[in-house]
Amino acid sequence: MDAMATGEGRREGVRDRSRVCKSKEAEIKRINKELANIRSKFKGDKALDGYSKKKYVCKLLFIFLLGHDIDFGHMEAVNLLSSNKYTEKQIGYLFISVLVNSNSELIRLINNAIKNDLASRNPTFMCLALHCIANVGSREMGEAFAADIPRILVAGMDSVKQSAALCLLRLYKASPDLVPMGEWTARVVHLLNDQHMGVVTAAVSLITCLCKKNPDDFKTCVSLAVSRLSRIVSSASTDLQDYTYYFVPAPWLSVKLLRLLQCYPPPEDAAVKGRLVECLETVLNKAQEPPKSKKVQHSNAKNAILFETISLIIHYDSEPNLLVRACNQLGQFLQHRETNLRYLALESMCTLASSEFSHEAVKTHIDTVINALKTERDVSVRQRAADLLYAMCDRSNAKQIVSEMLRYLETADYAIREEIVLKVAILAEKYAVDYSWYVDTILNLIRIAGDYVSEEVWYRVLQIVTNRDDVQGYAAKTVFEALQAPACHENMVKVGGYILGEFGNLIAGDPRSSPPVQFSLLHSKFHLCSVATRALLLSTYIKFINLFPETKATIQGVLRAGSQLRNADVELQQRAVEYLTLSSVASTDVLATVLEEMPPFPERESSILAKLKRKKGPGAGSALDDSRRDPSSHDINGGVEPTPSTVSTPSPSADLLGLRAAPPPAAPPAPSGAGNLLVDVFSDSPAAQPGLGPSPEEAFLSELEPPAPESPMALLADPAPAADAGPEDIGPPIPEADELLNKFVCRNNGVLFENQLLQIGVKSEFRQNLGRMYLFYGNKTSVQFQNFSPTVLAVQTKRVASQVDGGAQVQQVLNIECLRDFLTPPLLSVRFRYGGTPQSLTLKLPVTINKFFQPTEMAAQDFFQRWKQLSLPQQEAQKIFKANHPMDAEVTKAKLLGFGSALLDNVDPNPENFVGAGIIQTKALQVGCLLRLEPNAQAQMYRLTLRTSKEPVSRHLCELLAQQF
Amino acid sequence: MIIRFILIQNRAGKTRLAKWYMQFDDDEKQKLIEEVHAVVTVRDAKHTNFVEFRNFKIIYRRYAGLYFCICVDVNDNNLAYLEAIHNFVEVLNEYFHNVCELDLVFNFYKVYTVVDEMFLAGEIRETSQTKVLKQLLMLQSLE
Repeated sequence: MDAMATGEGRREGVRDRSRVCKSKEAEIKRINKELANIRSKFKGDKALDGYSKKKYVCKLLFIFLLGHDIDFGHMEAVNLLSSNKYTEKQIGYLFISVLVNSNSELIRLINNAIKNDLASRNPTFMCLALHCIANVGSREMGEAFAADIPRILVAGMDSVKQSAALCLLRLYKASPDLVPMGEWTARVVHLLNDQHMGVVTAAVSLITCLCKKNPDDFKTCVSLAVSRLSRIVSSASTDLQDYTYYFVPAPWLSVKLLRLLQCYPPPEDAAVKGRLVECLETVLNKAQEPPKSKKVQHSNAKNAILFETISLIIHYDSEPNLLVRACNQLGQFLQHRETNLRYLALESMCTLASSEFSHEAVKTHIDTVINALKTERDVSVRQRAADLLYAMCDRSNAKQIVSEMLRYLETADYAIREEIVLKVAILAEKYAVDYSWYVDTILNLIRIAGDYVSEEVWYRVLQIVTNRDDVQGYAAKTVFEALQAPACHENMVKVGGYILGEFGNLIAGDPRSSPPVQFSLLHSKFHLCSVATRALLLSTYIKFINLFPETKATIQGVLRAGSQLRNADVELQQRAVEYLTLSSVASTDVLATVLEEMPPFPERESSILAKLKRKKGPGAGSALDDSRRDPSSHDINGGVEPTPSTVSTPSPSADLLGLRAAPPPAAPPAPSGAGNLLVDVFSDSPAAQPGLGPSPEEAFLSELEPPAPESPMALLADPAPAADAGPEDIGPPIPEADELLNKFVCRNNGVLFENQLLQIGVKSEFRQNLGRMYLFYGNKTSVQFQNFSPTVLAVQTKRVASQVDGGAQVQQVLNIECLRDFLTPPLLSVRFRYGGTPQSLTLKLPVTINKFFQPTEMAAQDFFQRWKQLSLPQQEAQKIFKANHPMDAEVTKAKLLGFGSALLDNVDPNPENFVGAGIIQTKALQVGCLLRLEPNAQAQMYRLTLRTSKEPVSRHLCELLAQQF
Repeated sequence: MIIRFILIQNRAGKTRLAKWYMQFDDDEKQKLIEEVHAVVTVRDAKHTNFVEFRNFKIIYRRYAGLYFCICVDVNDNNLAYLEAIHNFVEVLNEYFHNVCELDLVFNFYKVYTVVDEMFLAGEIRETSQTKVLKQLLMLQSLE
């Protein structure tokens, strides 16, 4: 490998290597030997001349590009920058561009060399320096050179101008604040008039980027771009000489100019506009002319301009004539023999379909598109065809399109099935004239592609059926029939179970679907189903008991069976026990109330639409649906979704059995958009770093120091952090953390956090001083999260998978033990990589001291006695505050119960007031608590008084609770 | 309109050129290289020259055993980049007199120069083959 410096020599060297190095090991050995040799040359006493230095630096680069790590030679490369020889300088710059990262200590030396080259007036050296800045693009370089480059851009030689324009573009993208355009704007815009087409090509890119931030400053570029475009478009195929590519004049420049124009609305100046429309027409006319060459390069270059022209026409969306011509042109491409053109025509037509001027014209191609869906070999082309069918769908052709898509679904590629299912579901809902068609369509979906029918889809059919009484009977009949298939998809069982549980009575008159028949049909599927479905079916059964008293004995028999009552699954066992008890102890009236038909769901955006958006990412797909353009629809995902547990657990039953009040089934939408703040917020602001629990095996919410309310953040601090706790430093919680936490003070389940990427759900239960929490991390994107690692300080957690697939959810279980009273909740830190960028997020885990409340019932006399015992001033905490929510006694009651204390009736002489009592259970001690809440409806104020045996606890509870009203 | 990266790979997945116009760490680069290879090599001549890739798309063309791939935003002009690849390949072919894979391996530093002449900061810099070749020959004369 000694002769590797020149092309020839290197060829020799590698030939040698490939001959000698039979194995990977041998190659590594050989490379290491060579590295050692280079290292010794660099360290040797003899100063190396420029040529040798270049030779060895070049070898290092070569070795690096073969895939080996290089950890030296940087200094030698930097030395090469100051050489006067082009080759030496070039290798030096190449090494810097490929191998030196922006935070290197060498950056000062590098910048110095660049500065010299920029000042050298040698265009070759200036370009090398500019290319290096453009390739590295670091902030330091921006700080050093951003101010100089505009000068070079407007005054340099042509090739230097080209490089300077793009160099500035790169710096602007990396650090916009460093590139003050102001005085240069006009001169930069005038580069569009430059003689040299290469300069124009580079300048258009720069202007396109800059004008997005300050469209007004660059407005004059529109007329210049139009005249430039017009000159190109109307020139003969040979006029532009060097810039003619396969008989097409300046195709890339034309495309760039057309894209620049898409940053602006149509020109207001009539002359400019006229000239532009003329250009667009010329391009459309040229598409009809016979090709000047049979080469694909010719037609590609020509069509690149044509497609960009069509994009501009669609962007303007104001010239019906051009829109229809564009549509006809694309229609021709739909049957072209080039797959590329068919693909692009389908894609482009999708956007045309959303224009009112061309929607009808697009619809005329429906048969061709359906044919493409059936016959195209490339799945991505079929996908575009499906997109287009979706985009061109309206009331007039919905039935045809939906049935074609359903037919396609039977043979569709697995990769796109889910999306097709979502699209069919949306179209069926959107264009349903009669809802029986809608129900049929969705059930067909489940039949054909049950595995791909996501929860959103079948939740939605349930919502719609629940909300429309005209379709309930039909739905019951249809699911009943569908369930008779010997093998039906589990999703069908879910939908069937739910619908029959709600509306089975509507078909019970028919002896073929009498209550016992309905029950035995459902129960015949029971044993083949997953736990979630069986849980749902158990709820259906209890609903049957209410709907059809005659089935009570049979169903009680089923619930009583050992396989249910002693089921290994807690959820099933609990349901069986509770439902059995409910059906035995409750009177018919109570049963009828508890198991009443579900109330209508609030009207809202279809959850399916939200899901499709998530799948496709923002901006993708067609803009056909108005609702998709509505920015407010983005945070709907966290809305009122019937999650399996709320669908299938009629929550009121919990009350009857003397359990804690169930959380309200509807989780309020979590604030979204928080994600944008994360990265920035985390970088500065000193991190409060709570430490870890005393021993990793026990791992708990523990406090080593007595609570000191003055410094709440220090409470969890541990003087000697446990060894395996990990060095990960956790950032401070996001600004909304407290607000998010507050939502969980009075309830245990719900959505803790949501942004565009991630949703974190919480389900938790607490008994005495122990708790178990399930965290559900849902990936809302279609891209896998990597290195996913949620960690909780001071709580025992189980590790979760480090990858979360797009659309998937992972669950994490936390076991919690409360050792002592505490004031600050543990922190939950979530880190992962999304599309290459690290994301991190710190939240407060919704564990507050009141979770360990054990309610205590007591008589008035006891209450007052204890109240008096806790009469030291520091034992009491009191707050008077304004009501933030409507003052509703029932809601208040539910909140206090959710808070954890028992509510004591007939204690306070004033019936408007609430008093409660409970004991906070920790491992170390118990803290008795008494509370009293006095609403004043007139003043819209509350007075809250807490008395506990520990001062900080009183104060803390008082603060927590006061925020809830 | 910005190129995220340009990759030249052979059928076995060996990278012959990787030019990044976005910040990626080394692991991420390696992953991208592997993913692109997996996505592109399974496609045949009847397929389009475009393939969706994460939130971007790859425009690629195969020349003998080499895949030239450009990763761009989904709404970028497919055909313009497809021909930009061809334009680049024609320049390489002229410059190396019938370019072959080994030319790219041994003259990697020259290939980087060609790339920088034609693409810079993720944008198309120069499209005239005549101009690019003239500049390259001038630079060669300095060696």
